[in-house]
Amino acid sequence: MASNSPFKPKSSRASSQIPPPPPPPSASQIRPAVVVLLVRPCGGEIPRRPALDSVERIVEDFAMDLAINPFSSGTRLRDMIRAIRACKTAAEERAVVRRECAAIRAAISEGDQDYRHRNMAKLMFIHMLGYPTHFGQMECLKLIAAAGFPEKRIGYLGLTLLLDERQEVLMLVTNSLKQDLNHSNQFIVGLALCALGNICSAEMARDLAPEVERLLQNRDPNTKKKAALCSIRIVRKVPDLAENFMSAAASLLKEKHHGVLISAVQLCMELCKASYEALEYLRKNCLEGLVRILRDVSNSSYAPEYDIGGITDPFLHIRVLKLMRILGQGDADCSEYINDILAQVSTKTESNKNAGNAILYECVETIMGIEATSGLRVLAINILGRFLSNRDNNIRYVALNMLTKAIAVDTQAVQRHRATILECVKDADVSIRKRALELVYLLVNDTNVKPLTKELVDYLEVSDQDFKEDLTAKICSIVEKFSMDKLWYLDQMFRVLSLAGNYIKDDVWHALIVLMSNASELQGYSVRSLYKALQASGEQESLVRVAVWCIGEYGEMLVNNLSMLDMEEPITVTESDAVDAVEATLQRYSADVTTRAMCLVSLLKLSSRFPPTSERIKDIVAQNKGNTVLELQQRSIEFSSIIQRHQSIKSSLLERMPVLDEANYLVKRAASTQAAVSSLNSAPAATSGGPFKLPNGVAKPPPAPLADLLDLSSDDAPVTTSSPTTARNDFLQDLLGIGLTDSSPIGGAPSTSNDILMDLLSIGSSPVQNGPPTSNSSLPAIETKPVPVKPQVVDLLDGLSSSTSLPDENAAYPTITAFQSATLRITFSFKKQPGKPQETTINASFTNLATTTFTDFVFQAAVPKFIQLRLDPASSSTLPASGNGSVTQSLSVTNNQHGQKPLAMRIRMSYKVNGEDRLEQGQISNFPAGL
Amino acid sequence: MVTNPHRLPQYFLDSFLFLTLVRSASPVQIRFILLQNRQGKTRLARYYVPLEDSEKHKVEYEVHRLVVNRDPKFTNFVEFRTHKVIYRRYAGLFFSLCVDITDNELAYLECIHLFVEILDHFFSNVCELDLVFNFHKVYLILDEFILAGELQETSKRVLLFPS
Repeated sequence: MASNSPFKPKSSRASSQIPPPPPPPSASQIRPAVVVLLVRPCGGEIPRRPALDSVERIVEDFAMDLAINPFSSGTRLRDMIRAIRACKTAAEERAVVRRECAAIRAAISEGDQDYRHRNMAKLMFIHMLGYPTHFGQMECLKLIAAAGFPEKRIGYLGLTLLLDERQEVLMLVTNSLKQDLNHSNQFIVGLALCALGNICSAEMARDLAPEVERLLQNRDPNTKKKAALCSIRIVRKVPDLAENFMSAAASLLKEKHHGVLISAVQLCMELCKASYEALEYLRKNCLEGLVRILRDVSNSSYAPEYDIGGITDPFLHIRVLKLMRILGQGDADCSEYINDILAQVSTKTESNKNAGNAILYECVETIMGIEATSGLRVLAINILGRFLSNRDNNIRYVALNMLTKAIAVDTQAVQRHRATILECVKDADVSIRKRALELVYLLVNDTNVKPLTKELVDYLEVSDQDFKEDLTAKICSIVEKFSMDKLWYLDQMFRVLSLAGNYIKDDVWHALIVLMSNASELQGYSVRSLYKALQASGEQESLVRVAVWCIGEYGEMLVNNLSMLDMEEPITVTESDAVDAVEATLQRYSADVTTRAMCLVSLLKLSSRFPPTSERIKDIVAQNKGNTVLELQQRSIEFSSIIQRHQSIKSSLLERMPVLDEANYLVKRAASTQAAVSSLNSAPAATSGGPFKLPNGVAKPPPAPLADLLDLSSDDAPVTTSSPTTARNDFLQDLLGIGLTDSSPIGGAPSTSNDILMDLLSIGSSPVQNGPPTSNSSLPAIETKPVPVKPQVVDLLDGLSSSTSLPDENAAYPTITAFQSATLRITFSFKKQPGKPQETTINASFTNLATTTFTDFVFQAAVPKFIQLRLDPASSSTLPASGNGSVTQSLSVTNNQHGQKPLAMRIRMSYKVNGEDRLEQGQISNFPAGL
Repeated sequence: MVTNPHRLPQYFLDSFLFLTLVRSASPVQIRFILLQNRQGKTRLARYYVPLEDSEKHKVEYEVHRLVVNRDPKFTNFVEFRTHKVIYRRYAGLFFSLCVDITDNELAYLECIHLFVEILDHFFSNVCELDLVFNFHKVYLILDEFILAGELQETSKRVLLFPS
């Protein structure tokens, strides 16, 4: 289909049947829009009409000589375009444009009339080049208000190009539009309708709907079709008006003129979307007409003016089929009524040209959409099968698209094409690949998952970089969904990790670790496979993390070849090899902080697994004592001290981690992927309100949960993936997300506890009394959970939930904590004026939780377009430290789609701490319902 | 970091603009029509959804990037954000239509061709320069062909030689 032929698609259907152009009209006579162009184009440029051209030039030159208007730029539109085209550099072009703009501005301020339309045309060109032209907006209005057709035409064109529905200036044009809609000249009415259709705003829609409604009954088909399309725009802007248009729309379907018909059909579709009442009305009144139109047009003999590829007006076909789909959806009677004609169209339409295929495609979609008979559905699926084997890429693309929808109707039929679809995943064209991948994903089931996954993983090796991300996500999702066979799951995941570990999302490898921790019989196999993979492809970030974690946990299985599987070949790895591998990762310059932190933990664990390497590990760990990243430095110092000074407790401290609770992780993961809370501060696993890491010796600010009450309540169960929510500790979350399933450490802190130990424990090793997590993998975590934990956590939660759920004096809307970080808390309380449901006054209150005062505090908010926001000044720009008093600011919010869409807001706070700039941002989506 | 505290930087708002494109656009059939040459110069741009100028330029840039390097054997459809761009290349000119993801791609492909044929008749043997120097006429022809993002007229005779 892609035609790279010269810009001359002189196809057979194009020429010959069209009558020759009419003789040139006299200049005074007003001709319909397009032809008028030839008569008097703006700026006097008339190609192929040299006589008139030269006359105009003489007049212009004369005018310039006389210097009638010294501010009018002397150049004509054509000259300006030439000058711009002649520019060799962007700077030159800017200079020309600047000069022209200056001249036009001067002419505007001078009130120049003679060249107004020419200036407008120039402005449109300049606008198209991407330069600002707002200063010309008022000129449009002046041109529209002029009496003549040429001025109006250029004015309306400028209006639709330079302005859009959101500009206030548009209010001024409503009156001119109203006058022109009532004009006696049908061409001027046409201009006004055209402009209205392109830029109508909701207010204009309300004001001008009666005029448009009246014009639907006009005698002239040109006016009628434009009015119908304008009505579409009006109904889109103000759906309440739909009922006013329905009878007029239904009667338009009785016309003969194709332009009117196609516009009317489109209007009917819009009405059906806007109002259920209209849908019912049209079902009753126009189904018969539609069938008649479709029959006429599909049976019609050769009609040159509508002919496209041997088919009469495919566009009308398609629009009618679309409307039939809307009417037939969920209505058995309607569906039955149109069954016959659908069968007729889908069998009779020829499929050797694009136009015919377009109709067939629409037909199939309609058959899938309505309550069609099974015979008809078979017909549709067969058409798709034919499409899929077509050589044309466009047709195959469309077939894949449709099969995705058809899968809900008839899975078996789609499964038959599995091999072809799988080939499409490997197509050179990204559009086809994407569609095919979607479809393969839907096709996977228990019986075919293994071969399909193998194909996909094999392809991962050779696929484009751009496509890897999509492909990896889909493979991981498939593998997880069908992870009944754990060994298979592990194998696939290891392969994906080594092929595309950089594209894997965090929660995927977290889940992998949870699974390995539960599958005790496969741990040895896992760590050996990962070790081998790490040697082979050490640049894949996720692979490195998983491997390093496993080596730390199951190091002895790696070295001693414990719990070998039958099919496995033994490998020889010495203790120092294992340490080498981790060390190499730690030293690798591209490793990120999380990976390095994991390496340190892993090394620490290895020092207890392999006592002979202890000295060496101490040295490696100590290298990071001076690291500029605080987290690494801290770990390094703490770990060194454990290795050096706390030999007695080291081995019990560095026991293998208890079995991670799988069910709980899955619940948590599902919740975190659903929660729409912002991840601007990039908390990967847990978004809000995990149970807290208790403040430890290293005086981290007490992290508090984001007040999502729902999440909090679910967190009451103390066994959860723990996560601090301070932005600074983000990377810890990765570790904790996997490491701290059981919150036992706090309770299990040995009596000799000192600060360092406390900190360590909360990072995620298991306490003394946890027995070796060996054989029984399904040991419920609750049993090992020490008692004191629960009250602590619950206390904290209680304290917070009571403070956040406390209803204030406004009973209707609870106060919410809109944003919370380690240093800053923002709460919102809401007030509504009675009778104005759209408007809400939000009282924001900011509290500084840090120990230093914030200065130059600025709060900013952004809202989606359907919301209007006004910010009042804040009560102060200084936030006192430690929550001693707070700053308030009120926000007025108008939700233009009240009742349909909830409020949403993005916020950003900038402030200074000790003269240093800080920035925090977040998204609020937990607004109470009904705002 | 922020020079003017009351103005949010563009990148921060972009995601919202993008949301607006999706939302306000959902019922419109055609979101925009672009006519660009191989260098990415816009020769015609008609937007049926309101967009900021900066966003328009971004869209034009992105669409050009998407279509310009595609192999002629590839499909004429590319996914663009949450929508789909149907494009067709005639010599050095790309005609692109942005439509809903579920819309009938083949029909719009035919639409583009019809539009080109109309231009060809009007300018008798059209070339890029015709469109540059007569851009306003191209707009007016387009407005007779497509209005408010919907197809208005399918007859070549009515479009070119109205009675």
